[in-house]
Amino acid sequence: MSRLSGTGMTLAYDKRVIAEELSVDIPDDSFTVIIGPNACGKSTLLRALSRLLKPAAGTVLLDGKDVHSVPTRQVAKTLGLLPQSSTAPDGITVAELVARGRYPHQSLIRRWSAQDEQVVTESMAATHVGDLADRNVDELSGGQRQRVWLAMALAQQTPLLLLDEPTTYLDIAHQIEVLDLCAELHETQGRTLVAVLHDLNHAARYATHLIAMRDGKIAKTGPPGEVLTAELVEDVFGLPCRVIDDPETGTPLVVPAARKRAQTAAAG
Amino acid sequence: MTTLTLEKTVGSRVGVRPRAVVVGVVAALLAAAIAVLTLGTGEFPIPPADVVKTLFGQGTAAQDFIVNELRLPRVITAILVGMALAAGGAVFQSLVRNPLGSPDVLGITNGASTAALTVVILGGSSTQLSLAAVAGGLGAAVLIQLVGGKHGLHGYRFILVGIGMSAIFTGISGYLLTRGVQMENARALLWLTGSLDGRDWQQAGPLLGVLVLTLPILLLACGPGLRILEMGDDSAAALGVPVKALRTTALFTATLLVACAAAAAGPVAFVALIAPHLAKKITRAPGPNLVPALAMGALLLVGADWIAQHTPRVLPVGVVTGAIGGAYLVWLLTMERRAGRI
Ligand SMILES: Nc1ncnc2c1ncn2[C@@H]1O[C@H](COP(=O)(O)OP(=O)(O)O)[C@@H](O)[C@H]1O
Ligand SMILES: [Mg+2]
Repeated sequence: MSRLSGTGMTLAYDKRVIAEELSVDIPDDSFTVIIGPNACGKSTLLRALSRLLKPAAGTVLLDGKDVHSVPTRQVAKTLGLLPQSSTAPDGITVAELVARGRYPHQSLIRRWSAQDEQVVTESMAATHVGDLADRNVDELSGGQRQRVWLAMALAQQTPLLLLDEPTTYLDIAHQIEVLDLCAELHETQGRTLVAVLHDLNHAARYATHLIAMRDGKIAKTGPPGEVLTAELVEDVFGLPCRVIDDPETGTPLVVPAARKRAQTAAAG
Repeated sequence: MTTLTLEKTVGSRVGVRPRAVVVGVVAALLAAAIAVLTLGTGEFPIPPADVVKTLFGQGTAAQDFIVNELRLPRVITAILVGMALAAGGAVFQSLVRNPLGSPDVLGITNGASTAALTVVILGGSSTQLSLAAVAGGLGAAVLIQLVGGKHGLHGYRFILVGIGMSAIFTGISGYLLTRGVQMENARALLWLTGSLDGRDWQQAGPLLGVLVLTLPILLLACGPGLRILEMGDDSAAALGVPVKALRTTALFTATLLVACAAAAAGPVAFVALIAPHLAKKITRAPGPNLVPALAMGALLLVGADWIAQHTPRVLPVGVVTGAIGGAYLVWLLTMERRAGRI
């Protein structure tokens, strides 16, 4: 059994049910990517997996235990989450923000240790924000800021890390930069990553395991080559398309169908 | 793994900022200096040097009586009330993530006032009045918590609920004043303004006790979590902050401080709003800045009391803080609007 899984989950905000009988399994050591249209429940699923939202029914198991039965600080040493929206406090520097990732490892008596020092330094180096250590977070560019948040999540030193849309608002170069970084962390640090991504081609390139969601349900899971077919994209996103081989990597490449009128015009 | 740019350790970059220490120390020293001046002020002026000597037990019998017996309790009360309001305000602003989210705006102070006013109108004793103020403040916090429901309280929801409650309490207070007879109304109005006149150890003692009990809770148990909470509830929860428990503990501890301050000196206006905000503005540090806020609160109240005693007709301290606060609030609203936050 894998370290993180949810079975038979009903996820709801108050009375509003988002998903029923939802079961997912995050394969150990995978780079799992979740795809699906807006509002299908991807963030809700991540919030449930990371014990931020208690399922109305069903359970989330972390290392074989109900995640809600384990002290929250204990969970925070195993499972990290970078939410879709986080606010950098006014006036905080990069080093200060990254250091906050050490919170679950600190206590009243143990405030700042040599290990904290080393982990924060390494996290900033891994995400290439060491040079920015003394800068204010609110004066950074979107791409820099996202790397700082990633550094904070890394400093938490959790073997499992969930990232909700880590590439949103970034230009294409910064998207690739962040994804390369994730792939590197997955490969060199052996972390299990789960990320919500919107770009299907990025998902296909970087994921080792893909989860496609629609309307609070899992549509299909598996390796990108198996999951990402023209039928699935049409089915999940309602988008007619062709799927060809990515000339760079050989992974699936989704090419949306051209508009009908444009097609006729080109033909005629 | 180290990079060349990291000659400075991370630890030295993430600890308490030197600037925050300086702000705290300077504010505390200023507060102490003004306190000494105030202790020398009155019908029998005493030079500052003699005041200090007297405080250390080296004064004449007359000086000892005037400084240590007559005037010291009032100044100590001012310092404690300032600290309590500032700490309470800092926690509220941090919970609401908005500089306007102070206990004055959110109905806590008004809850205390309404309860205290009821006691005044019914002709109760000053002990009963103090107890009622504390109960009223805590009651308002319970109401806020209930109305906020299980969504927890943040941002504008918290502010709207609080403003609504403030309005209701103000209405009740107004009604109570129409029911009182003249003598009681005069006492009620003076209390509502916030005043340090005639305060002695009876007010300072319990407030000191409450501060000694609650400050460790706020500084040690809640402080680190409150700093993380600034990044949003989800981020904080993901980092292992027990968000709900922290919010509840901090809300009621801060309320207790503010209500006890009101019990000691009446609902002294605006200190809970300005002191922490000013401390944060000057330190420029993230987090609730509790320690600098404490010093700033003491400074504000001692300073306002000094001004109050130097006006032609000695004013209640609440009038001075109200004037300072009103001006600051207008300035703050202008700045917030310019920054596009409201
Ligand atoms: N805090 C909330 N309260 C109520 N409904 C919510 C909340 N968060 C999300 N939802 C609703 O849940 C559904 C799924 O949202 P979400 O999981 O954020 O979707 P996704 O991340 O896939 O875009 C949406 O219909 C959204 O409106
Ligand atoms: Mg989402």
